[in-house]
Amino acid sequence: MSTVTETAPRTGAVPDRSGTAGHPLAGTGALFRFALRRDRVRLPAWVLATLLFTLASVNKATQMAPDDPQKRADMVKTLSGPAMLAMTGPEHYLSQLTPASALSLMMLGYGAILTGLMSVLTVVRHTRADEESNIAELVRSGVVGRHATLTSALAVAASANVLLGLLLAAALPGAGLEGATTGGALLYGAAHTVIGLVFAGVAAVTVQLSAHTRAASGMALAVLGASYGLRAAGDVGTEAVSWVSPIGWIQRSYPFVDDRWWPLLPALALALVAAAAGYALSTRRDVGAGILPPRLGRPSATEALTNPVGFAVRLHRGLFLGFCAGLLLLGAMYGSILGDVDDMLKDLDDVREALAKAGGTLVESFASTVMLVVAVVAALFVVMAALRPRSEETAGRVEPLLATGLSRSRWLGSHLVAALGGGTLVLALGALALGLTGAASAGDGGLVAELLGAGLAYAPALWVTGGFAVLLFGWAPRATALAWAVPAYGFVVGYLGKLLDLPGWLNDLSPFGHVPQLPASDMRWTPMVLLTLVAAALIACGVAGFRRRDLDAK
Amino acid sequence: MNASTTATPSAAPSTPAISVSGLVKTFGRTRALDGLDLEVATGEVHGFLGPNGAGKSTTLRILLGLLRADTGTARLLGADPWHDAVALHRRLAYVPGDVELWPNLTGGEAIDLLARLRGGIDAGKRAELIERFDLDPTKKGRSYSKGNRQKVAIIAALASDAELLLLDEPTSGLDPLMEVVFQDVILQAKAQGRTVLLSSHILSQVEKLCDRVSIVRLGRTVQSGTLGEMRHLTRTTIEAETDGPPTGLEELPGVHNLRTDGDRVHFAVDGAHLGAAVRHLSGIGVRSLVSHPPTLEELMLRHYGDELSELGHTTSGAPSGTTADASAGASADAAAAEGSAR
Repeated sequence: MSTVTETAPRTGAVPDRSGTAGHPLAGTGALFRFALRRDRVRLPAWVLATLLFTLASVNKATQMAPDDPQKRADMVKTLSGPAMLAMTGPEHYLSQLTPASALSLMMLGYGAILTGLMSVLTVVRHTRADEESNIAELVRSGVVGRHATLTSALAVAASANVLLGLLLAAALPGAGLEGATTGGALLYGAAHTVIGLVFAGVAAVTVQLSAHTRAASGMALAVLGASYGLRAAGDVGTEAVSWVSPIGWIQRSYPFVDDRWWPLLPALALALVAAAAGYALSTRRDVGAGILPPRLGRPSATEALTNPVGFAVRLHRGLFLGFCAGLLLLGAMYGSILGDVDDMLKDLDDVREALAKAGGTLVESFASTVMLVVAVVAALFVVMAALRPRSEETAGRVEPLLATGLSRSRWLGSHLVAALGGGTLVLALGALALGLTGAASAGDGGLVAELLGAGLAYAPALWVTGGFAVLLFGWAPRATALAWAVPAYGFVVGYLGKLLDLPGWLNDLSPFGHVPQLPASDMRWTPMVLLTLVAAALIACGVAGFRRRDLDAK
Repeated sequence: MNASTTATPSAAPSTPAISVSGLVKTFGRTRALDGLDLEVATGEVHGFLGPNGAGKSTTLRILLGLLRADTGTARLLGADPWHDAVALHRRLAYVPGDVELWPNLTGGEAIDLLARLRGGIDAGKRAELIERFDLDPTKKGRSYSKGNRQKVAIIAALASDAELLLLDEPTSGLDPLMEVVFQDVILQAKAQGRTVLLSSHILSQVEKLCDRVSIVRLGRTVQSGTLGEMRHLTRTTIEAETDGPPTGLEELPGVHNLRTDGDRVHFAVDGAHLGAAVRHLSGIGVRSLVSHPPTLEELMLRHYGDELSELGHTTSGAPSGTTADASAGASADAAAAEGSAR
């Protein structure tokens, strides 16, 4: 009878008899399969989204390289403007402008951001996030080697990146993209794989540094952002700066132009060095701890924090600053091309027609369309901030607060001050960035005030958006996600409505539809006053609802 | 704090601190409270006992004006907990069972925030409590363990001058050392004449701290009184060694679970019949006698016994006093808690 061996627990993962139980990589295979299972939806979604995003740009790339030599020369001129290069890649792609090289120019940078994001989030999810939630402790107590977790996380990220590279290489030659050679497509795919590996390696380091998931992914994403920023700066100015950035390296493999493979080598080396550093650092820390000491804070609160509005502002601060940065960038991006709008839209008759409906000059109507985008982004902040009370409630953090001398309406009101006030500031900042850069690129100083005013005209629409969120919070707290419908609908109807010739009443349903489209149209005060009144009514009604309902417990 | 005060510092305030009667609260189809009654006198520490899901937290949330009762009345410090919520909150402090903190605020900031929104904090007391509970106030909320989060809420509540403390299983994440500190601090608060409603299922804690207890089950109060009163209503366990064979006990009323082994006898007897049983034993001649009052576990088990038998546990209803049995009772109690939480 071999009962003894039969009853021994069977760890399918790490068969004892193979003698690997003491190995630092013991259990990697099982962890890898487990991680793949956990990510069975998420990773395929990332890979497919990146693939489809690329394929969806084939059409645009073809338009960017028109057959007519004169038009193509014009396009080269437009694309070689500094604002365009900052958003795309090195100018060398334009030396042989074909649909395929246009795709490389336009998409390789964005592809790098997507694969970088995917890799960072994947590695962090399977390492630091598990450690922070104490899953790792349970796993590591099993027959699992010291390096098994990190190895399986990197293997998962690498698999996804290799798969994406292969899919891109296979799909592009058959996608109807002129000039897409098989060799070029292979390089294009490999560039994605390699840049993904680089950021997986970066994440392998940052997860060792901080004990917190957010900080670990934040640091890795900061490296990603800095890489993109450096390559943008280098592509506009001194090329040497681009050579500091791994994204700059892979862009300089020039798929469909020069098809050179060697720039991928330093990137691959960086990926390996970073991963090795991650392993080395991981042996110098405890499970659950980080190399960097946890950041400590104040032992007691400032006066400002213990005031309800000050406290709400503190809670919204991170989101607010993020949106400020985003809208500054967005405004500056559109503003910097405002002067070239006439040239850029010369051949796009349907867009010109759509813009003309707003009235005014082409620059003005373009600016007013951009302003809608700025306003919708600011409205996203308003919705997120106005729904913060709900997430505080379901997280169980409101109960102790409302058990103090703080009344419900004051608590909710202080969050609204942060949401609506912050949203208005974010909006103004985006409009100001658009105005300043627009004035510079169009050489018209009057645009600054004009565009700032145009942006602020959207403020009452933002307040209505926030008011609707509060109404839901007060009366239908389980349906607060509906608040997202307002900016989504406003964007679809306002932005696409002109292109698609939608009936006017669809536009009237959106608060953004009632805002005078400055500077293309004239100012009308009535809708502004009405929108403000509607916002006030929604807020009053929402607060009243919250005052009479039960608080949801965690 | 040396208690040179009389046994009950303020013995005769006319209104009770908490007075609840016939409270009903439903959530959809679940009837969380089903006519609950609760009376807490000013200055007492009142234990609020029952397993998870019995309705303790719901009652506390109604008392805080966070939930509105369907029917029934609740008065807190002589006022209405829903309508006068804010005014009442300045006079009370609350520690939730599941303390959630803001991830990017330090513990010290959270203490100040909660305490100042209530109306102020005693800096000296704050420092003393932080020291005693051994809390690092510079750490961010996201890095605190459950126990440390609870310490934050306990310190914020106790550093105030609130006259009423509502504590909802406040120590479920604390280690035994901190549990001792907690009990000490609560006794201090009691000596200052504060009223405490302590919801708990740590029975030893309740036995140590509470003047009176209320036991709730399925949203109703099944028993309320001092521990002494409750014990009187239940059985006492007797273990004795007699001079001769202990015969005749089986004929006495109120005697249960009789076991004899030579000259040794072991039985349980109802409170009302204890005297007769002891007289009978002394008639035979007693060499040694051990009597155990019922533990709180056994009091609880009386009310949850049927759920235990549903779970396949056998409860004779006979409390036995040996330590081994008592700990078995404690684990059965945990099982009862689980059973009713389903």
